Amino acid sequence: MAKLSAKPVAGSIAGAAVQLATGDITAVALVEGIYSRYEEVDDEVKGYLQINKEKALVAAAESDARRAAGNTLSAYDGVPIAIKDNISVDGETCGCASKLLEGYTATYDATVVQKLKAQGFIPMGRTNMDEFAMGSSTENSAYQQTRNPANTDHVPGGSSGGSAAVVAAGEAIAALGSDTGGSIRQPAGFCGVVGLKPTYGRVSRFGLVAFASSLDQIGPVTHTVEDAAILLDMIAGKDQLDSTSIPDVECNLAASLKGADVKGMKVGLPKEFFEIDVLNDEVKAKVEAVRDQLEAAGAELVEVSLPNLEYAVSVYYVIATAEASSNLSRFDGIRYGARVEKTKDVKDIYYLTREAGFGDEVKRRIILGTYVLSSGYYDAYYLRAQKARTLIRQDFEAAFEQCDVILGPIAPAPAFKLGEISDPLQMYLSDIYTISVNLAGNCAISVPAGETESGLPVGVQFIGDSLQEEKILKAAQFVEQQQAQQGD
Amino acid sequence: MEYEAIIGLEVHVQANTATKMFCACPNNFGSEPNTNVCPICLGYPGVLPTPNREAINKTVLAGLMLNCEIPEFSKFDRKAYWYPDMPKNYQITQYDLPFCIDGKVLVEGKALTGELEPKYIGITRIHLEEDVGKSTHAGTYTGVDYNRAGVPLMEIVSEPDMRTADEAWAYLTALRQTMQYAGVGNCDMEKGQMRCDVNISVRPVGQKEFNTKTEIKNLNSIKSVHASIDYEIERQIEMLENNEEFKQQTRGWNEASQETYVMREKEDAHDYRYFPEPDLMPVVLTADKVAEIKEKMPETPAAKRARFVEELGLPAYDAQVLCLEKATADWYETAVATGADPKKVSNWIMTELLRELSDAGLSINECPITPENLGELLGLIDKKVINGRIAKEVFAEMFKTGDAPGKIVKDKGLEQVTDTSAISEFVIQAIDNNEKAVGEYLAGKETALNFLVGQVMRFSRGKANPNLAQEALKEELAKRG
Ligand SMILES: [Zn+2]
Repeated sequence: MAKLSAKPVAGSIAGAAVQLATGDITAVALVEGIYSRYEEVDDEVKGYLQINKEKALVAAAESDARRAAGNTLSAYDGVPIAIKDNISVDGETCGCASKLLEGYTATYDATVVQKLKAQGFIPMGRTNMDEFAMGSSTENSAYQQTRNPANTDHVPGGSSGGSAAVVAAGEAIAALGSDTGGSIRQPAGFCGVVGLKPTYGRVSRFGLVAFASSLDQIGPVTHTVEDAAILLDMIAGKDQLDSTSIPDVECNLAASLKGADVKGMKVGLPKEFFEIDVLNDEVKAKVEAVRDQLEAAGAELVEVSLPNLEYAVSVYYVIATAEASSNLSRFDGIRYGARVEKTKDVKDIYYLTREAGFGDEVKRRIILGTYVLSSGYYDAYYLRAQKARTLIRQDFEAAFEQCDVILGPIAPAPAFKLGEISDPLQMYLSDIYTISVNLAGNCAISVPAGETESGLPVGVQFIGDSLQEEKILKAAQFVEQQQAQQGD
Repeated sequence: MEYEAIIGLEVHVQANTATKMFCACPNNFGSEPNTNVCPICLGYPGVLPTPNREAINKTVLAGLMLNCEIPEFSKFDRKAYWYPDMPKNYQITQYDLPFCIDGKVLVEGKALTGELEPKYIGITRIHLEEDVGKSTHAGTYTGVDYNRAGVPLMEIVSEPDMRTADEAWAYLTALRQTMQYAGVGNCDMEKGQMRCDVNISVRPVGQKEFNTKTEIKNLNSIKSVHASIDYEIERQIEMLENNEEFKQQTRGWNEASQETYVMREKEDAHDYRYFPEPDLMPVVLTADKVAEIKEKMPETPAAKRARFVEELGLPAYDAQVLCLEKATADWYETAVATGADPKKVSNWIMTELLRELSDAGLSINECPITPENLGELLGLIDKKVINGRIAKEVFAEMFKTGDAPGKIVKDKGLEQVTDTSAISEFVIQAIDNNEKAVGEYLAGKETALNFLVGQVMRFSRGKANPNLAQEALKEELAKRG
């Protein structure tokens, strides 16, 4: 076991911006700093699938030249950022940690990447993940096992385990992840960093390899709450290329956090969250500690109810697998990616390529999703799941009539050990606190709230109503400040 | 026993939009393979569809032209279907909430082999989907051209209202006509811009329920639709008479042998696993939006035919021929607008113009004669500047050169001779050279006069005014009688 958690060079995006502005650091030095930390720890963490130092250095030198000429693209011009392997960056691999996409190079930038590049951010490195974002531990990567920097015997969570791990280990200033059922928040919680899942539609999905289209969102994994706000400000907005993106709303979250407090904030506590029998005592205690701190700081505690929470996992695994079975049908070996040769006909190409290319969990979900959409079963599964989804959404609407944010755990327990959970159903249940948020389309943030006795990070989650990122960021910033004070 | 056929058609029409259905690639026929493609229409990882508003508007317009209702709420769905020319292995289409429902189209008049009583054919629905690519097989390899993948495709589904090959022929003709009138599709079947599948079953007259149907695919002209239906009716009647068992089949059409053949039996029917397309929002077409499209709706072919008959006094057959193509009808109306007699214009188009065009292999849009010039030509006849025979000569010259008739008449000196002294010279010549006819006329045979008028025209090289010639002849002959 090793503990490799660390702050990165410059500490944070905001920190890097200050140092770049004062001339204390250059973009080239940032890239060098990140790369040297990568060389130091990534053999152990295995958070990156690939990192291209030379390419990043070229971009950094250009950024420094812009800054010298007084033409910076933004205050963050020159800040490197790690990208999950399912987000398209022109000219880089985008393999979703799958054998099936081995050899595929993306030919275009995802909208979020385009936006970050326009602000001068430097995409640097592809982070590991569960294959096609299916999993909660990054153990489903076809390539390597990422380890939790807080304790390398443990998983980093998933599916954005690589993004969370490289940020936690200080080998990235920040990263982008994607969250379909908790894939940003749970690994952030496991690794002790901040992870934000934006409201569905707030961030364009164009360029994100789809797992479950109606649930997927791209979001930031960062060292600080402020950084999460900064990144969301950068990547949010209506995109003509994503019909499900919501019309532009003002997004000045980073600015709104300055000097904010939680006085008068109504914090909802769903009683169902605390009735779940797998909830670990230490995790529960952390949530309660945060609750008490909030109350002491003038927040108002409200008991709320999410009566349909118990259906969330089942509903999720019907809808997500149905959409996935369809989304993943394009991976057939015909136009790109790996293809099994020496096939006798086109069906053979499909069967053998997909047999060899997909891992077990992906196959399991494709089979399940195909089944629930089959004629004769559609009404019983998919249609019913959609109705239950509406009920879950309505539960949240009712709860948010009584409160500003909902406080709860991220996962029932801290990061488990590598290989500890082999039963898929038990693995699915670890998403119970995060999944309902994706089903409702709300936003939520995971923020570190201390450690267990054995030194594993524990995060808490704030859930906000649609487009209420400002509120959950303020609540999370409060927790961050409390943690800093306790650490002093 | 007497039998009747139950026929329904599924017709695919490519919308003639500038770009594809869900990406910005050009919607062009005939480009080099795989040049009109992008990550979106190739189904690359991470891409999303963006619906083409023009395609939706054109579909709604097509629906309005076909008397459809436009529901306020529609959506797209995914249809799972594995084939290399389908980039995503699902097609974005519309399952239960299409853009247009409950329409109808009038068929009437002359069909391919007979005359039809006016009859409405019901249209169940029109939905919008994306076309697939095109596979070409060569030896053990298959090449796929994705230029067509993602082209907007309207699927028009009829009610099983047709009973004969002629009705199906007329329905398809009416659909194509309507699409062209609306300007929503070019419908060139050879280019695959319009494709038709036929559903057909046969039952004894009087039987209520439908028998097992057959689907006929691969029909690449309206003519082969007609021929395949006739073939299939006979084949199915024979099966019924022999008490043969019917299996639901998909059959192809062999153009060379003029026969249908089995492609597949329905046992291996696909489960398409339709579900709502999560990448696209449902489409809301408000009454205002539909009204806005309706405002720009052109006259339907049926309405135009009716107007030509009622307002311009044309025979139904003339109206049918002139309205077959909107460009011809427009050409006709422009010519009539010059003040020419509607029936005379129709005669000229139907007997002269269409023949010349077809001989020259030209479309009406490429016609060297302008409609205004045809109007002018008819005016010259009315004003007796030229007579009918000269007019035909002038017309041929107009077609050859594109010149205005007035100019041709002037340049060639073709004006009618109305000067009586000039005419009486030709009259004398005619009388002097035709003693026999003169004798017959004087003996009381009136028809001999027509011959003599013809002779006057001959000596005048066709330029004499025939009425004046006749009067002068009578006068001169009276002197001799
Ligand atoms: Zn395209």
